[in-house]
Amino acid sequence: MADQATFADDTTEFMGSLYSAALRMTRNPSDAQDLVQETYLKAYRGYGGFEAGTNLKAWLYRILTNTFINTYRSRKRHPEETELDDVEELYLFRRMGGRDGIIGRSAEEEALEWITDDEVKGALESLPEYFRMTVLLADVEGFSYKEIADIMDVPIGTVMSRLHRGRRALEKALHDFGVARGLVAAQ
Amino acid sequence: MKGEKDDTSVDCREALHRVYHFLDGELTPERRDQIAHHLDECSPCVEVFGFETEIRKLVADRCRDQVPDELRTRIAAAIDHEHQEATRTRGAAEGAEH
Repeated sequence: MADQATFADDTTEFMGSLYSAALRMTRNPSDAQDLVQETYLKAYRGYGGFEAGTNLKAWLYRILTNTFINTYRSRKRHPEETELDDVEELYLFRRMGGRDGIIGRSAEEEALEWITDDEVKGALESLPEYFRMTVLLADVEGFSYKEIADIMDVPIGTVMSRLHRGRRALEKALHDFGVARGLVAAQ
Repeated sequence: MKGEKDDTSVDCREALHRVYHFLDGELTPERRDQIAHHLDECSPCVEVFGFETEIRKLVADRCRDQVPDELRTRIAAAIDHEHQEATRTRGAAEGAEH
């Protein structure tokens, strides 16, 4: 049983990543701050029930995710699975991955160096919420499929489906940024 | 047994279809070995896997934000308030619990 007296010390290291996750989820700095504060309060209140030595980061993210879904997520009319058009596999590679894929790119440059931080965030934030959250948990925070399943309270198969479709949609969004900047070579 | 196609080898289509599983470490050891072997011998697939790895790294590295000082302050104050409330409510009973 974890001790509330050590809560601040135990959890302060996660505030940065929780805040980033909250920003991606709410897309609004003010809501993100409220969401993180609410998460920390709920975590503090429930800390006595947290089993010390187990996955604290996943436990905090579960609270963050539940709070977001219950409080801030806009109530959309369709199930999330139908909100995303299918994007082909390897979308970005097929269009920009080759040596001549990007106009003006030198051989030494990393293929994706041209993308700005805001564009990556924007691409992620353009995804519907459940896909966005899954990609965030896997690719920003490094959780496993199993951990994500626990955090979002869905089967592993759902995690995989959302993650793979979400990543492909992310690639398309990145490609759209490249097109907008005039970087993509004509096919 | 190089060059010999059997049940344990994969082709490009199969390897590329599993690129996410492979990079996520979510394959069985057998399947992982099959794809690793394929990558040993197929530089076009290596290029794709490398590109997808770069995208993962991009998302991991670039989605970082500065925590506003005011948020840290707010949270510390909120928890402290919570603690004060709990201590006040427990009152004399706290001594009896220990």
